[in-house]
Amino acid sequence: MSRNEFADAARPALEDSQLRANLREATHTIRDKRARVTGELADWEELREAGRRIKERAMRHLDVHLEQLERTVTKAGGRVHWARDGAEANRLIGDLIAATGADEVVKVKSMVTDEIALNSALAERGITAVETDLAELIIQLSHDSSSHILVPAIHRNRGEIREIFRRELAGTEALSDDPAQLAEAARAHLRRKFLSARVAISGANFAVAETGAVCVVESEGNGRMCTTLPRSLITVMGIEKLLPRFADLGVMLQLLPRSSTAERMNPYTSLWTGVTRGDGPQEFHLVLLDAGRTATLRDEVGREALNCIRCSACLNVCPVYERTGGHAYESTYPGPIGAILTPQLSEFRKGASLPWASSLCGACYDVCPVKIDIPTVLVHLRGRVNREVEGYGGGGEGAAMGLLARVFQRRGSYERAQRLARALSRPIVRDGWITRRLPGPIAGWQSVRELPAPASETFREWWRSRPPEDKR
Amino acid sequence: MSARQDILGRVRAALSDVPASEPATWSEDEDNDGAAAYARRGEVKGAALTALFAERCGEYQARVTRVAAAGVRAAIEAACARHNAASLAIPVGLPEDWRPETVEIHVDRPLLSHRQLERAGGALTGCALAIAETGTIVLDAGEAQGRRALTLLPDLHICVIRAAQIVASVPEAIALLAGDARTVARPLTFISGPSATSDIELKRVEGVHGPRRLEVLIAA
Repeated sequence: MSRNEFADAARPALEDSQLRANLREATHTIRDKRARVTGELADWEELREAGRRIKERAMRHLDVHLEQLERTVTKAGGRVHWARDGAEANRLIGDLIAATGADEVVKVKSMVTDEIALNSALAERGITAVETDLAELIIQLSHDSSSHILVPAIHRNRGEIREIFRRELAGTEALSDDPAQLAEAARAHLRRKFLSARVAISGANFAVAETGAVCVVESEGNGRMCTTLPRSLITVMGIEKLLPRFADLGVMLQLLPRSSTAERMNPYTSLWTGVTRGDGPQEFHLVLLDAGRTATLRDEVGREALNCIRCSACLNVCPVYERTGGHAYESTYPGPIGAILTPQLSEFRKGASLPWASSLCGACYDVCPVKIDIPTVLVHLRGRVNREVEGYGGGGEGAAMGLLARVFQRRGSYERAQRLARALSRPIVRDGWITRRLPGPIAGWQSVRELPAPASETFREWWRSRPPEDKR
Repeated sequence: MSARQDILGRVRAALSDVPASEPATWSEDEDNDGAAAYARRGEVKGAALTALFAERCGEYQARVTRVAAAGVRAAIEAACARHNAASLAIPVGLPEDWRPETVEIHVDRPLLSHRQLERAGGALTGCALAIAETGTIVLDAGEAQGRRALTLLPDLHICVIRAAQIVASVPEAIALLAGDARTVARPLTFISGPSATSDIELKRVEGVHGPRRLEVLIAA
C-alpha cells in the first residue's frame, strides 16, 4: 500500500474526457442550485450549527440513544437486531428473508447495504435483490458500481443508459434516449416487482430514538412503494444514523434536501414507527449495524465523520472529485466525506491513501450541512495512517521533518540553515527558480510543484543591514 | 457475548472522554448561543401564507387551485375531468360535501386490493397539514387521509388543504406532529410535488413510481 494508490486508481478517469465532461456538467449544475436554495434561508448558518450540535451530542451519548431506540421501536411492534459487522448483518437479513420463503426482494437505494455488499451475500443464498431507484437500477443492470452518493449513475449519459435498458429490459427495442421515456421504461419494469414483492429492504436516513420513527428521504416514490406495499420490511442502518429527538427532524429535514438535491424539499419523505395495523408492512425489522462505527467513535478527532447525513454536497464542490469521479475512491463513500469515512470504518484496511486525495482547499467544510471539519480530519488521518499503516510514513519523511523541526526551533541554527541552502542551491538556480530535478525523494515532490530558490537576502539580514534611524 | 452487548460495550469504551454530567441531547430550548438559534417559526402569516404555499407547491409541477369552501366539490370534479379520471379511491371519513358526483367512488373499506387501487383513476384525500416555505403536504393517515397505499398506487392524487392547515416552516410542522409521534405514532408522508427523478443527466423528469400528477386544492 502506498499514498499513490488513489492517484493510480484515478488515472483511467482522468484520461477519459467524456467522463470528465459528464462530471463537470453534473457537479456544477447541482452546486449552483444548492447555492441558490440555501441562500434563500436567512437562518442557514444557524441551521448548520444546530445540525452540528444535534449530531455531535447524539454521537457523544450514542449508547443511551441506541437503547432508547430499541425500546421505542420494539414497543411499536418492530423487532430490533444488532450486527457487529457486514457479514453478521448479511447473515441475519438472509435468515429473515428465508423465514418468509421469498426468493426475490425489492430494495430502496441504500448506501449501507452497498457498504456491506448485501446483494451479493443474498445472491449466494439464492435470493435476488432488485434495486428500485432508477440510478441503482441502471448500475445493477450494467453490472457497474456507483460513483456518486446521490446520483450513482452520474458517470453515464442518456445514450449509454438507453443501450443498457435495451439490452436488459424486455420490450424496450424502440426506446429513445429521452429521459422521460427512459424513466417510463423503468416504471413499467418495476411496477410488477413492487406489486409482487413480499419483502422489502431499505436503509434509513434517520431514526428517532425518542419515538422509534424511521425516516427515508427520496424522490421517485420507489421508497414509498418498498416501505408500504410488501408484507415485511427490513431496514438496515448504521448506528450513527440516529437522532435523539423528534424535534431534530425540524432541522435535518431542512438541511438534507437543500444540500443534497438542492431542492426546498425532496418529493417524498416517509416516516414509520414499528408496525401500523392495516397500513403498510405488518412485520418490521430494524438491523443496527456497527461495522467500524464504534472504532471511528474512539478517535476523538475522527469521530466527527459519523455526523455525516450523506447529502453529497461535499462531492459536488470538491476539485478532486470533479476531475476523478467516484470510482477512483474504490469505496462506497467517495469524495471528501469518503476520504475520511472509508479509512476509519475499515480501520485502515481500505482507503488508507484517501486522506491524501485532497488539496485541503476546504470547500467541503463550507458546504457541509452539519459542519464536519473535513480538512482537519484529513490532516489528522494522514498522521494516523503514517504512524499506523505499513508502507506509509517511511521514506525518511518523518526523520527529515523531525530534523527540520529541531533546526527551525532555534534562531541561530535556522539562519545557518538558510545560508547553507543558499550556498548549495546557487549552481542550480535559474531566474529565481530551481528547475533542475533534485535527487532522492524530493524529485517526486518536485514533479508536480515548482521550487522557488532561497532568497538572496532574508528579511532578517535586510533588517540588520538598515541604519538605526530606519528601524524606528 | 451478544452482538448487542458487544456493540454497546464498544460504544461506551469509545466515549470514555465524555463527562458523565453532560446532557445526552442538545436542545434549542436550552442553548442560549445565537450561533445555533435557527428560526423556529416562519415570518409569513395570514393570507401571505396561503399565497406562498400555492407558489412553492406550484413550482414542483403540481397543479394548485384556490377555491371557496363551498366550491371544493366542483373543483374536484373539474380536476377529474382534466385528467380523464373516471373513478376515485377515497378514505373512510372524507367529508361528504367533497365527494364528486361525476365519477365512480371506491371507498377504502373493506380495504381495496393493490390492483384495485392501481386501476382507480385517482385518489382523493385531505391532509394533516401543509408547509408554505417548502410547498409540502403532510399526510399522517389521520382524518380524511386513509392508509399510505391509497395515495401511492393511483396515478393521480387530488389533495384538499384547508387554508388554516398551512404552517410557515418545517420546524413548525414537526412541532405540530410531535405530539402524535410520541403517542399514536401514525406513519407520516411528506409530499412535495409529484414523484420525480433527476438520475439521468440531472434532467428532472416528473413522475416515476408515485402518482405522476398531483392536484392540490386550497379551500379557504
